[in-house]
Amino acid sequence: MVGVSHHTAPVEVRERVAFSAGGAGAAARELRESGAVSEALIVSTCNRSEVYAVTDVGGEERLQEWYATAHGFAPKDVEDWLYTRRDREAVKHLFRVASGLDSLLLGEAEILGQVREAYKAALEHQATAAILNRLFQTALEAGKKVRTHTDLGTRPMSVAFAGVKLAERVFGKLAGRRALLLGAGSVAEQVAEHMRNRGMGTLLLANRTAEHGAELARRFGAQAVPWGELEAALREPEIVVSSVSGPERVLSRAMLGRVMEARGNRELFVVDLGVPRNVEPEAGELYNVYLYNLDDLTGIVEQNRKARQDEIPRAEAIVAEHVAKFQMWMASVEIVELVLALREKVRHEQEQILHDHLCQFDDLTPEARRQAARQLQALVDRIMQEPAEEGAEARLLRGDAPEIRQVREIIALAGEKS
Amino acid sequence: MDSTFGILTLALYVASLALYAWLLYSNHRLLGGAATGTLGAGLAVHFFALYQRALEVQAVPYQDLYGSMSLFGWLLAITYLGLEVLHRQRSVGPFVLPFVIVFLLAGMWLEPAIPPKGPDAHGPLFALHVTLNILAYAAFAISFVLSAIYLLQNRLLRDRKMGVVFWRFPALEVLERMSRSGVMVGVAAMSVGLAFGVVWSKRLHDSFVTGDAKEIASVVVLSSYLLYLGLARTTRWRGARAAALCIANFLLVVFSYTVVNLYLSKNHRFF
Repeated sequence: MVGVSHHTAPVEVRERVAFSAGGAGAAARELRESGAVSEALIVSTCNRSEVYAVTDVGGEERLQEWYATAHGFAPKDVEDWLYTRRDREAVKHLFRVASGLDSLLLGEAEILGQVREAYKAALEHQATAAILNRLFQTALEAGKKVRTHTDLGTRPMSVAFAGVKLAERVFGKLAGRRALLLGAGSVAEQVAEHMRNRGMGTLLLANRTAEHGAELARRFGAQAVPWGELEAALREPEIVVSSVSGPERVLSRAMLGRVMEARGNRELFVVDLGVPRNVEPEAGELYNVYLYNLDDLTGIVEQNRKARQDEIPRAEAIVAEHVAKFQMWMASVEIVELVLALREKVRHEQEQILHDHLCQFDDLTPEARRQAARQLQALVDRIMQEPAEEGAEARLLRGDAPEIRQVREIIALAGEKS
Repeated sequence: MDSTFGILTLALYVASLALYAWLLYSNHRLLGGAATGTLGAGLAVHFFALYQRALEVQAVPYQDLYGSMSLFGWLLAITYLGLEVLHRQRSVGPFVLPFVIVFLLAGMWLEPAIPPKGPDAHGPLFALHVTLNILAYAAFAISFVLSAIYLLQNRLLRDRKMGVVFWRFPALEVLERMSRSGVMVGVAAMSVGLAFGVVWSKRLHDSFVTGDAKEIASVVVLSSYLLYLGLARTTRWRGARAAALCIANFLLVVFSYTVVNLYLSKNHRFF
């Protein structure tokens, strides 16, 4: 695996080495067809651009070169940002990525879907084969298990998401609910986006300036509400997100008291993102009003960050378990190939012996020759049984694949010498 | 109750409680299945325990207070299991099961060596009267637990204390809805159960109403929950106040089930 990520390169560089959503699969196929690697898969997100490949000796350099030239760089231009992982370390890296352990926002949920999409794209372009298919299936399994068996991804890690998750603590699913946005800001936009992603029903938007409000409403896909009708508009939504610039309070305790009376005391969840605050803090004391400001949400995110950190050992243990599982599979593949290669070698030697030595005995009948061949075959089978069984033993399977390649090299060397 | 079945039931309920509690902290999916499975096994063994006791005393298992406590525990557990399957919520399990265990233990350990004499009442009407009322108590108990969790969740939200358990609880609205549903089941069961009781009273005492303390307590309990249902959706009471009312009502249930049964009632005193 070679790649660039937020750990090694700034966003200006990551932008230049990113593959487009539709281009990653084609690029992987192109890489495979070039002959530099036998399998290829590209994972490209806003925070990383990585190429996973199955290759032989010398393949690492070819991959690095391809990566650089694919983005119009000379290889030495990217060497400061490019990192490389081999064998077990590459497997572990991928599984950590899929689990969110390597993400900028620890435990973020999106990466698993992005890895899944990258795998799907590579499959569609036939850039992968048995090894990468198995690798990515196991990676997705590991990522899913980390999500379901740990708290790494459950607790919100951004202010915007914290606000939405807290609203869900009050109302349950947000599908069909109504929200009112007051003003606009980057965090308010994120909140609105999160709410939309979670099936929020109606989004209303009110802004002091009517034209600006209409434009914002169009952008958010919301219904514009005249600022002058704010108090009436507050009777309907379950969630209010306020992000108005200016020193005056937008929502007072008295106003919200009237609103709660008018709406039959139905729960109201208010997120105050304004600095200075838009909502009078005393309004949070009203019955069935839940009020959170920026400090509250930041504090919750901080609590969650610590909690996620505590989950890292469990997540790493799940990753390690899946790395071992994949390594065992790899070893079994290599073992099978090794035993087949050994069988073929022995069969060839057996034929050679029969040809070279039995033909010297002219007085041997055809039946005697066949008997000799059968006995030789039986001897070979008996000799080969042990390597096959030994190969299936835990010792070799627990070892890394390189151990098996070393055995293959030794056998090859012995063959060449004889 | 036979000690073998009783101890096995207790062990299974305790194991299930441990698994539910562990699930609340660790969120392992397999734990959830194991907890539910163990609870199911406990319910099955408990059923056999009740059946065996019925054979021993040659009467329905709720013939006396002790048997009814054990049956209450069983109905509570099975009602909770139904709720869990319906709402796919396991987070309430650790809070319901302690009650199940307490009532099972009460049934096992408080039972005198010589079974008390049961009422002179038999037949389906009596059976329905008792079973429906115990079912009502079980439903009210679940609503009590849900209301308590509601108040706890509400307090955690207001105090901004969001530990691991906070994120696993059902949402406030869900808790409120579940609690209200539990009360509706309880009110329906109790209304029909009391109606059967009134009919039975006529047969037994030649009077629909005898003025027994248990009759009065039951009417008070039923009225208090009807009041809860009426108030829970009103402007002033919806939310935390309704949950507090539900908890207060359950204290009346406990009073009726214990003090009234044991000391105040003439017709319902079996000890």
